[in-house]
Amino acid sequence: MAGLAATFGSGAMTNSIDELEYTDLILATGTNTTENHPVIGAKVKRAVKKNGTKLIVIDPREIDLVKYADIWLRQNPGTDVAVFNGLMNVIIEEGLYAKDYVAQRTEGFDALKAMVVKYTPDYVEKISGVPAQDLKKAARLYAQANHASIIYAMGITQHITGTDNVKSTANLSMLCGNVGIEGGGVNPLRGQNNVQGACDMGALPNVFPAYQPVANEDIRKKFEATWGANLSPKPGLTLMEIMAGAGSGAIKALYVMGENPLLSDPDLHHVKKELQKLDLMIVQDIFLTETAQIADVVLPVTAFAEKEGTFTNTERRVQRVRKAIEPPGDAKTDWEVICGISNKMGYPMHYGSAKEIFEEVTTVTPSYAGITYKRLEKEGLQWPCPTAEHKGTKYLHKDKFSRGLGLFTALEFIPSNELPDQDYPFLLSTGRVLYHYHTGTMTTRAKGPMERCPESLVEINPADAEKLGIDDGQMVKVTSRRGDVKAKAHITTKSAPGSIFMNFHFTEAPVNLLTNPALDPTGKIPEYKVCAVKLAAA
Amino acid sequence: MEKKLTVTIDGQEVTATPGQTILEVAQDMGIYIPTLCHYSKTTNVGACRVCVVEVENARSYVASCCAPVTPGMVVRTDTPAIRSAQKMIVELLWSSGDHNCLTCEQNGQCELQNLVYWLQIEKPRFKIEPPGYDMDDSNTMIHRDLNKCVLCGRCIRACNEIQVNEVLDFANRGSYAKVGPAFDADYIDSSCVFCGECLQVCPTGAITFKQAKFAGRPWELKKTRTTCAYCGVGCQMDLYTKDNKIVKVMGNREYGQPNEGSLCVKGRFGMDFVSHPDRLKKPLIRYKKDEALQETTWEEAYTFIADKLKAVKKANGPDSIAGLSSARVTNEENYLFQKFMRAVVGTNNVDHCARL
Repeated sequence: MAGLAATFGSGAMTNSIDELEYTDLILATGTNTTENHPVIGAKVKRAVKKNGTKLIVIDPREIDLVKYADIWLRQNPGTDVAVFNGLMNVIIEEGLYAKDYVAQRTEGFDALKAMVVKYTPDYVEKISGVPAQDLKKAARLYAQANHASIIYAMGITQHITGTDNVKSTANLSMLCGNVGIEGGGVNPLRGQNNVQGACDMGALPNVFPAYQPVANEDIRKKFEATWGANLSPKPGLTLMEIMAGAGSGAIKALYVMGENPLLSDPDLHHVKKELQKLDLMIVQDIFLTETAQIADVVLPVTAFAEKEGTFTNTERRVQRVRKAIEPPGDAKTDWEVICGISNKMGYPMHYGSAKEIFEEVTTVTPSYAGITYKRLEKEGLQWPCPTAEHKGTKYLHKDKFSRGLGLFTALEFIPSNELPDQDYPFLLSTGRVLYHYHTGTMTTRAKGPMERCPESLVEINPADAEKLGIDDGQMVKVTSRRGDVKAKAHITTKSAPGSIFMNFHFTEAPVNLLTNPALDPTGKIPEYKVCAVKLAAA
Repeated sequence: MEKKLTVTIDGQEVTATPGQTILEVAQDMGIYIPTLCHYSKTTNVGACRVCVVEVENARSYVASCCAPVTPGMVVRTDTPAIRSAQKMIVELLWSSGDHNCLTCEQNGQCELQNLVYWLQIEKPRFKIEPPGYDMDDSNTMIHRDLNKCVLCGRCIRACNEIQVNEVLDFANRGSYAKVGPAFDADYIDSSCVFCGECLQVCPTGAITFKQAKFAGRPWELKKTRTTCAYCGVGCQMDLYTKDNKIVKVMGNREYGQPNEGSLCVKGRFGMDFVSHPDRLKKPLIRYKKDEALQETTWEEAYTFIADKLKAVKKANGPDSIAGLSSARVTNEENYLFQKFMRAVVGTNNVDHCARL
């Protein structure tokens, strides 16, 4: 998100989901769309099958979408910047870029052009393993499409160069004049139902709602007036920094609402030790999660079907959540609990409903200002929606970027933090599977998904399995420098030779005992997609 | 400007766009033509012939869902001969299956039942001879009873054209024709990914929501439209509830974007967690680090938290406190959480797991 914000001035998905079905070309990278966003995956497949949309897949794994792709570039994990630089090298070299667009709407092109010169297809092949000929073909195909959309997800962001990877996708898109047009753009597919909304609402350490910086005095004054409180000008700590702060003693109390860092964070042994040092940990959740088990206070709250409110989807569409049933026991909505604590702290919060809170949100969040529950009754609205008459915004940056000119960033390739070596010869990537979701607290309690996928699997290429004498379904032990995990082997060409894949859904095989907590310096995202492990039959 | 043409349906002359089907033009005029296999956004196949109409100078009755209008076309949708043909078709469909509404989950929302009623058929003139297929009871999500299948092919088109999962197709021919995955496998042994689009489009009780079986009649269920709580697509879905439990989950094409009625396995079949016995019901508190968590009241929990937070803030300053908000809860709750951390605690140490 930081990558797109720096480039365009806004970090959200630039275009809409339905545009994918009718665009000329889709470039899918670092997104296993049919498993993680199945309904979008179906649209991509429909586009290819029904509407003749071209599809380029850039992914180390042989995901389902590869079957539908015109070209599949299987890069070594973590070499995305090199691949994108290579694509741009070909496009610039062959004069296929959008010259007028680049001249009129962007800045920084000369530096980019100078930098990508050395990323010739042959040089990129050495780094990424992508055959030079395929790279050239993909570059030409992308450049020649009138409307080309890039979609990506955590396969792009969960690297120490995550921000650079995102900026690379933006570079390519701008180079061919694809930002600010229907069916184009750079589209991060959000993994959780309300990531977009949580960001929009200012659940971030450096910004208030609608990305208004806390460090800006005028903005701070506006919020101080609305909230009747003095506010700190100092940007706060990010999640990974908060965890480190708990360990160092800088953070004494932690309030966790609906998160489970004890299964989702990298290097879990370390996280648990850090959290146990806290004077006070409050966890607010629907289940006694791994994190709640070590909390001092656990507060029972309602699930989505038991409350009113709004979620904002990956395409900036604000949609209603409605109460279908009553919550169990004494569970309350998260907002009622926050009010309860706040009132005891001496800051009165008296809201009668989620709707009343939303009305306050719209007064301080310009991009939501024109949205009301009444307008959301039939269908959602895509922000920015600044006024009551505004119909919402299907795609961003039309005619002009949010920041004025689109900014090219010349980026050199940087290798991943921990690559396979003699001691740990395999590369481990982590992610989700179709039947489960995040830390599994919801899906492992659902009969159907558990029937289809009851346990964690280690996806191993057949060649590697043969070398190690591992059979399909056999238990294997995966060891990294930080810990070890056992799970069943699944032999599949989905994994490239030398690479394995595991999901992080199951407490029984907590893959984040293995992962590397090395962070992207800007986005502070851990490198879940690359760490070095060894593998043996267990 | 696109060229327009003129047609006459049931004596009314209207203008239509070339390429429109007779059915589409009639629907625009508010004329009802019964259909069964027709399903918008999929190929028009004319498999069931329930939508037949009379077209002047045509050699036979025409399936209105497939036939494009032509200039000067004269159509009748409601003649006795047409009704008689439609009755015959529906009677044949009825008699070739085990359409026992007494135990059928679709009773009350079955499109075959609706046709029988609308055409006022007392009972079929033909002997009822169901094919006697085994049920596909292989999994906990989708129940299949091919004895109730009318071979309309909607599930096949939904699987191939809407979800593009390419699992279902027709097998065999003539009266042996049946629908299913490759090699006549049960769903659980096939490449099915359990999106449930097939049960969503099935007009009869052939493909149904397994866990909804005997959990409530259609008219006893309360329908609540909401937004799915899984990934970031934000699918619009209907939760069907009874006795404070989610009985089934369906998409709804009328809601349009972002999902146009489609769902995935998690959204449709992943809602058991909501009423799971593991749900937290009471606030829990641990007074001393080595003690176990014990049940408490909200009042006690609030007081304990407020006292502790105030003490930490006083001793170490507001920046010694941090909060993790959530990509899982609503906008309203995220807003209030960051407001609480900023305005009440006095720190900007607030983040959530967008990065994970």
